[in-house]
Amino acid sequence: MAKIELTRNSFIKNILKDRRPQLAVFIVMLVGYIFAIMAGLVGTPVGSHNFSIVFVWIAWWAVLILVAVPFFGRGWCAVCPIPLPGEWLQRGAVLALPDKKPKWLNLRVPKMFRNIWLQNISFLLLALFSSVLLTTPNITGIVLAGMLFAAVGLSTVFERRAFCRYLCPVSGFIGLYSQTAPIELRIKDKQVCANCKAKPCYNGSSAGYGCPWDVFPGGLTQNTYCGLCMECIRTCPHDNIAVNIRPFSADLAKPSTRMDEAFKAFIMLGSAMIYAGVLLGPWGTLKDAAYNVGSSAWLVYALVFLTFIFAILPGFFTLGMLKTKSIVPLKKRFASLSTALIPLGLMFWVAFSLSFVLTNASYILAALSDPLGLGWNLFGTATATWQPMLTIFLAPAQTFALVGGLIWSARTTQKAAQEVKVSPIPVHVYSFVATSLMLWLLL
Amino acid sequence: MRRAEFVSRFLILVGMALAIGAPILFWSRTPLIHVSTAEAGGWSPDTLRAKVGKPLELHLISDDVVHGFAVGQMEMEGVNVLPGKVTEVTLKFDKPGTYTFFCTRWCGVNHWRMRGTIEVSGPSSEPEPVSVPQYVTLRIDIDAPHDSPVTPENRPSAIHGQQLKATLDISKFNNSDFYRTHSPYQVFEELNSTPLTDSEKWDVVSYIWQSHTTSEALANGKKLFAQNCAACHGEGGGGNGVFADKIAQTGEVSKQTMTGSEEMQMQKPADFTNPTRMLGASPVLLQGKILRGGMGTGMPMWGSIFTEQQIWDLIAYLYSFQFEYEK
Repeated sequence: MAKIELTRNSFIKNILKDRRPQLAVFIVMLVGYIFAIMAGLVGTPVGSHNFSIVFVWIAWWAVLILVAVPFFGRGWCAVCPIPLPGEWLQRGAVLALPDKKPKWLNLRVPKMFRNIWLQNISFLLLALFSSVLLTTPNITGIVLAGMLFAAVGLSTVFERRAFCRYLCPVSGFIGLYSQTAPIELRIKDKQVCANCKAKPCYNGSSAGYGCPWDVFPGGLTQNTYCGLCMECIRTCPHDNIAVNIRPFSADLAKPSTRMDEAFKAFIMLGSAMIYAGVLLGPWGTLKDAAYNVGSSAWLVYALVFLTFIFAILPGFFTLGMLKTKSIVPLKKRFASLSTALIPLGLMFWVAFSLSFVLTNASYILAALSDPLGLGWNLFGTATATWQPMLTIFLAPAQTFALVGGLIWSARTTQKAAQEVKVSPIPVHVYSFVATSLMLWLLL
Repeated sequence: MRRAEFVSRFLILVGMALAIGAPILFWSRTPLIHVSTAEAGGWSPDTLRAKVGKPLELHLISDDVVHGFAVGQMEMEGVNVLPGKVTEVTLKFDKPGTYTFFCTRWCGVNHWRMRGTIEVSGPSSEPEPVSVPQYVTLRIDIDAPHDSPVTPENRPSAIHGQQLKATLDISKFNNSDFYRTHSPYQVFEELNSTPLTDSEKWDVVSYIWQSHTTSEALANGKKLFAQNCAACHGEGGGGNGVFADKIAQTGEVSKQTMTGSEEMQMQKPADFTNPTRMLGASPVLLQGKILRGGMGTGMPMWGSIFTEQQIWDLIAYLYSFQFEYEK
């Protein structure tokens, strides 16, 4: 399938070039985000009736993992309000064009942190507390506020969107899975970029700011770190930036060899499996252990969680690698073939989220009418009772997602194996076993 | 652009102020009564004020599990208080005084501790005179052992007792005061002068106890027992309710931390199916235990919640665990 350049359409192009529509969305999102923080802090402590839990962990999560990430990649990052206040401080403006004076410290992020290990750690930290985080409004409020303050704080110290790029726990996995999305921002002609001396897309100009994501668009080959902020479309003086529709998983044809990204794939795969067991499984002891943060049972749970993600999953994967002969170094084979876990992990999350979201979606109606749990009935839906939705389709849809993910992963494995010239069979077996385990956990 | 920048900043600031201010404003202006398990704080606030004749509108919300709300000494069915949902209750008081509200759902091991008070003031500031309970006037030590030295081999039958009473003069046992101040064992002893066998004497005792209640009173007692007592004492009265073991465990902890008498430790709930215990207890003694509670044993004080008639109905039902009454 050939690419379709969306920015050929003048309407789309003008919308993307204009800062105002994006800012309008940012403002609405920011108000909603802050309201979610406040609802978490002052609203009812009953999660299923609090806006913060229902709209963040059910509604937003459903949109993110079932729609935004699979179809729009980093589409959420394009409208996420978290960087807005920090960027305002950094730029001294929310809409106005740059005045060339750097605000605050404007330091470069140290090289040792210019990877996604911090995002891996921040995601794992939240994952270990997820049972409490997903059910306790004030914890959700504190975490959301913490993310906003961290983004603001980092904006005053470092240049660009340091929080989004290097620390945000959500950004890490969105970036990983955005490689599978059928949308991309790329340059049209490499030569134009090569000849462009000022590189305003990266350095900024009077037309706009340098890439907030610290990416040189001329070198973009993957979606992973492009936040779709559209700033480069505004700054490129040569009209050389395009937003394209493309085939799914186009980025995976050229596997990454970075260990931080490889481990991100394992973290996401393992977390989906553990969440399926803890949040959807019938094991009360496991739920108690995950919920009672700080107890000895929780410490065991945390240890098992981390062991599963950092030792068991990559351990068996490495064993598979060792069974194959190749002149390519093991580390490179490991990182390259872990690309196969990206579609697999995404579909694990889709399957898990289908169950989680369809079971709990009916809470949205009640929380919409009474977001703080104060006895309101704004839209007449406050008395809506909990009712799992579309249960008849759930198991077939989950099976379809998991089996589809396995096939998708197998195709990715074939390509990655060709790149590093090894047999794909161990990874096929690995993916099959992981999918079978996930099927058992969910069905 | 300057104007657009100004408008944008204004919108962001106003939006943020609204998102922060509105929830705080609405939250502070909505007088909700929160309830959570006793371990998490129980009722908040737990003291309310009302005026005689004026409706008291309450907005109740549970912060964790399903609770119930009812006010003692009033003809009121408990209402459910659901997690995250506001339940509205309107109360009206005819008399001034201090009323107790309490949780009516078995929400946790310390469910029985979940009480609050409503101070009702009104034109008549003089509270109603309170009658002194009989166990006090009779100087009955309700904490002293009251075991029955003998117990029947089989469950005494009131039907059989009714047949036997035709041959006896049991008129003095028909007196309500006599019944209330004597245990079944004491009446059994009183029947020693008759030619009846032990088993027959217990049947007559059973009949006497039945004659002091009605089927309606027993049904009411059963309902009250199921709602308020069965969580600890068990639906069959065996002292094995769902919280019984936990109360005993809590007692072990309290025993270790208390510096006072060990008699104050929490105990396993009383077993009403135990004839030694029940046949040695008079209705007045049981009334005292219910009115006052177990003083540190885990048995709550019900005097502020049950009416006098409700307590007698409950006591009549408790004896039905020993006696076979006519259906």
